[in-house]
Amino acid sequence: MPGDQPADLSQTAIDDLVAQALTAFADAATGAELKAARLAHTGDRSPLALANRAIGTIPGPERKDAGQRLGAARAQVGRALADREAAIGAAELAQRLASERIDVTLPVELGPEGAQHPITALMDLMNDVFLDMGWEVAEGPEAEGEWLNFDALNIGPDHPARGTTDTLFVAPIENHVVLRTHTSPVQIRSMLDRPLPIYVVCPGKVYRADEFDATHVPVFHQIEGLVVDQGISLAHLKGTLDHLARSMFGEDVETRMRPHYFPFTEPSAEVDLLCFVCHGASVGNPDAPCRTCRSQGWIEWGGCGVVNPRVLAAAGIDTDLYSGFAFGMGIERTLMFRNNAADMRDMVEGDVRFSRSLKGMAR
Amino acid sequence: MRAPLSWLAEHVDLPEGLTGRELGEVLIRAGLEVEKVEEVGSDITGPVVVGRVLAFVDEPQKNGKTIRWVQVDVGPAHNEPHPDYAQGCRSVVCGAHNFAVGDLVVVSLPGSVLSGGFAIAARKTYGHVSDGMICAEDELGIGHDHTGIIVLPDDAGLQPGDDPAGVLHLRDDVLDIDVSPDIGYCLSIRGLAREAGQNLGRTFTDVIDRPTPPTKLDGYPVRLDDPACPLFVALGVTGIDPSRPTPRWMARRLVMAGMRSISLAVDITNYVMLETGQPLHAYDASLLRGPIVVRMAAPGETLVTLDDVTRTLAPGDLLITDDSGPIGLAGVMGGASTELRDTTTDVVIEAASFEPVTISRTLRRHNLPSEASKRFHRGVDPDAAYSAAHLAARLLVELAGGTLSAAETVAGAVPAMPVQAIDAGLPSRILGLDVPPERVVEILRASGCDVELDGHRLSLVPPTWRPDLVDPYDYVEEVGRKIGFDKLPSVVPSAPVGRGLSAGQRARRAIGATLADAGFVEVLTFPFGSAEDLDRLGVPADDARRALVRLANPLAETAPYLRTSILPGLFAAVGRNTSRGNDDLALYEAGSVFLAGDGSVAPIPSVSGRPTSDELTAIEAALPRQPRYLAAVICGQWRRPGWQGEAIAAGWPQAFAFADRAASAVGADVERRSAEDAPWHPGRCAELVVAGEVVGHAGELHPDVVRAFGLPERTAAVELDLDALVRLAPGAGSIRPVSGHPVAKEDVALVVPDSVAAGAVQQALVDGAGELLESISLFDVYTGGHVPAGHRSLAFALRFRAPDRTLTDVETAAARDAAVALAGERCGAVLRAF
Repeated sequence: MPGDQPADLSQTAIDDLVAQALTAFADAATGAELKAARLAHTGDRSPLALANRAIGTIPGPERKDAGQRLGAARAQVGRALADREAAIGAAELAQRLASERIDVTLPVELGPEGAQHPITALMDLMNDVFLDMGWEVAEGPEAEGEWLNFDALNIGPDHPARGTTDTLFVAPIENHVVLRTHTSPVQIRSMLDRPLPIYVVCPGKVYRADEFDATHVPVFHQIEGLVVDQGISLAHLKGTLDHLARSMFGEDVETRMRPHYFPFTEPSAEVDLLCFVCHGASVGNPDAPCRTCRSQGWIEWGGCGVVNPRVLAAAGIDTDLYSGFAFGMGIERTLMFRNNAADMRDMVEGDVRFSRSLKGMAR
Repeated sequence: MRAPLSWLAEHVDLPEGLTGRELGEVLIRAGLEVEKVEEVGSDITGPVVVGRVLAFVDEPQKNGKTIRWVQVDVGPAHNEPHPDYAQGCRSVVCGAHNFAVGDLVVVSLPGSVLSGGFAIAARKTYGHVSDGMICAEDELGIGHDHTGIIVLPDDAGLQPGDDPAGVLHLRDDVLDIDVSPDIGYCLSIRGLAREAGQNLGRTFTDVIDRPTPPTKLDGYPVRLDDPACPLFVALGVTGIDPSRPTPRWMARRLVMAGMRSISLAVDITNYVMLETGQPLHAYDASLLRGPIVVRMAAPGETLVTLDDVTRTLAPGDLLITDDSGPIGLAGVMGGASTELRDTTTDVVIEAASFEPVTISRTLRRHNLPSEASKRFHRGVDPDAAYSAAHLAARLLVELAGGTLSAAETVAGAVPAMPVQAIDAGLPSRILGLDVPPERVVEILRASGCDVELDGHRLSLVPPTWRPDLVDPYDYVEEVGRKIGFDKLPSVVPSAPVGRGLSAGQRARRAIGATLADAGFVEVLTFPFGSAEDLDRLGVPADDARRALVRLANPLAETAPYLRTSILPGLFAAVGRNTSRGNDDLALYEAGSVFLAGDGSVAPIPSVSGRPTSDELTAIEAALPRQPRYLAAVICGQWRRPGWQGEAIAAGWPQAFAFADRAASAVGADVERRSAEDAPWHPGRCAELVVAGEVVGHAGELHPDVVRAFGLPERTAAVELDLDALVRLAPGAGSIRPVSGHPVAKEDVALVVPDSVAAGAVQQALVDGAGELLESISLFDVYTGGHVPAGHRSLAFALRFRAPDRTLTDVETAAARDAAVALAGERCGAVLRAF
């Protein structure tokens, strides 16, 4: 076909070339075969290309007709090629996709599984409840002046909690520096440092010369709240604790404020939660004891009350104008109730399995 | 305080059928911590009946014991036919001998279950089939006595077959109450009955019904030399019969209240104390020497207390003395020299009032918690002393056959209670509930207060048993408790607009979240440690971490200091993990360390007002410095081998990356410089530099440290000053325009001596390339081949881009050449041909 012979530009000859090309394309089963057919029938050295080049040699009036014939033929071949290319491409893609199926259940990882400690996560979560209400988060040192930890809180020099059996002292004891036994000194610092009104929570680590067992650790975490404003009442404390309880334990939670005694609040109360497990059904029912509430029906969550005016006075606040409330609860205890953590020792032993036990929003 | 319901019911008209549990609920809402309600005797079931002993035979046994084979009439419903007895009987083996024919006893028949789940069945023993058991006190849970069986009184009208529960006081509900320090009066049946009456709206009858007479010293001579004892009542009772036993009802109540029955006279003083709250002491009058004098101890004085311990007294210990010296630690414990003997016939009863703080100091000084000190340190009603002494005297007369001396001593007087005036609207304002003044008056009067309402002012005097009612808010609480906190509305207060988290708090949150995302696991460890920890870290003597803060009373003598580094705690956590099979670890902790300050004394300012700024400054100065640190330890495999690829060992690269990630979380960059510091490998340690300041160190641990702490080989660690990192973090950054023009990539390999840090070469390239350089990264470190010994080849990928045009080849090459030239100049870097 290709050669030095003058090209035959007759309709018959062109039709023949077109037919050859279409057959070759149709016979091509793969992309590679189609590429070979494309080069053979549309390439620079293909008969149609050579014929096209020969048009210029055709004299006068015949040139136009030959050009039109050839143009139509090349267009037809081009369309056929594109169609075939699309068909083969689609078939080959389908085959490739079929062959590339993966097992989506294989384990994948970007890196090791990190985690924040559940106590940290819960503390952040509790802080957020108050931040959302416009409160701020106050912090203070863990080794603290005895005055801030006790005296300013109306815990007098003879109070038993100030003994070495309850409180860890920095040596020598006469220097009056203790490891804070609650985050309440941060409340005092807030009252000394912040402008009124005050709406703060004080989360952090606290220390007690306590035993170390499933429900007691000598180093643990608390969150305390303090409000000092005009017209603050016990009803405001109740509202705040109800809101916190609902945020932590869901809308159905039931709270109870029970009168109690603390030196730094007056009136004072303890706040209890209705047992999540037995809902009080275990009380007086030895056949269905409840481990969670020890068949008491209620779980003690924290302490609270109206700030004793003696405390406000020690911080230089005018008790005729201002009143306040305060509350505090253990983060570890809250974690036990909220996430069923059974043993407090797990929280301080550093086992990675404990740290990893709660993920993301499941905290 | 353990309070039997039956005892309370003698003092308050409780509603018919009220159970202990129901009363407990009422008291809980009134602020009493009812820890549990024990249904005493409810565990005894089945046929436990009164029996009359018809006959018995004593049968000696081979084991030396003599058992009794007893025939006992247990009533028509339970008797079995017997040839000798028309009414029938049961035959029982009994080990005790303290009964006679005709006595009434308690028989538990087969099918009954006794205290502690002890099931009774007919069983063969000592050659007989014993058809039940004759009971002793302990088997019924009503006492500790097992010296003999219970013999019931003949005059109670009991017949065989009757239920003995009533006469034995078998069934009762006992409320176990943890009394908070402000309501000491509730450490008595009297106080609890009063609370029950007030909260149930029922009539309370006060057992304290004799007004304290004015001072009279007709009885045993008493002198009060110290104001810590304002009142001392002494009554004499003579001619008591020391052999009389404590009646069953009294012993039973003492046991239910958690005390033991000792002897009649002692039991009477304890019984009256439980009932009235007034601790009493009884002296053997024959052992007293001269007048009783109440005074403070002199230095060096000693006293042998009732528990036979010789106690060295301190000035500040209030004493009861006579001519022989101290005979009692006032309000805490009596002395051995004058205690009641089993021969005592004449007693002097003491009922006194002591100042709570004095008693509280003494009880702590001598670590002597007692039933008396428990009450005195909370405060005892001084007006109860006289009546309580008479109650005890009357019982000694009635039960022990004594005679009360008409001459009595009342030394001192009941102190006056403080007057307070409050606005009648205060309870409403502080409780957040409208309480009309009349209601306030009604409640406080019911609580025993003298109340005068004058316009809006209330003039108040608390009753003598309420030393806790002092401040205006104390009265608010009293009103609130009696209304019930459950009646208060629940109102969320509106806070002003807050500023959210502080910048530091946000930064620390971001760092924690970033590190957890990066694969590190947070743990919390105890912040205590030892000097040996620092030795094992290799920390030199002059290191800042040696500024240890010691605890006066550490939890463990092996860890007496507060930590100056988080790492030893993390190393211990590694040990706990690896021992449990968790081998691949990347642990971190953020927390305070404690660096000793100047050791100055923190002042204790007055609490009457805000301390001066000097006082506050002095408190701050006395505290240790407590920066927050951030530390991590990494060991094992960072990535385990798996289908995705080979294992990646965990080590110093992750320690460096930890610091980089922490810094980038707050927008900072960390520059690493080769450094030497404990506890790191001297050739594999970097100091971490942020904004020109060294904030910490990271790298592989020194092999000695790895060995000393028992860590896996090649363990790496990082520790940095978190507060410093947060402080040095830049503020909000600015965004560079993003160029849409093409990038021009150039790779260069530079041969440098081993001593030249890659970071220095990179910095030279950056500085030399100028502002067209968009980014640079080190992609290969190569030694050997054509690279001369002592040198290495560092290959960098440079990306150039202009903000406003497409770079020409010439421009790119010029920038690259300038970069290489500066690297050559600064670092001796030579371009290596590929």
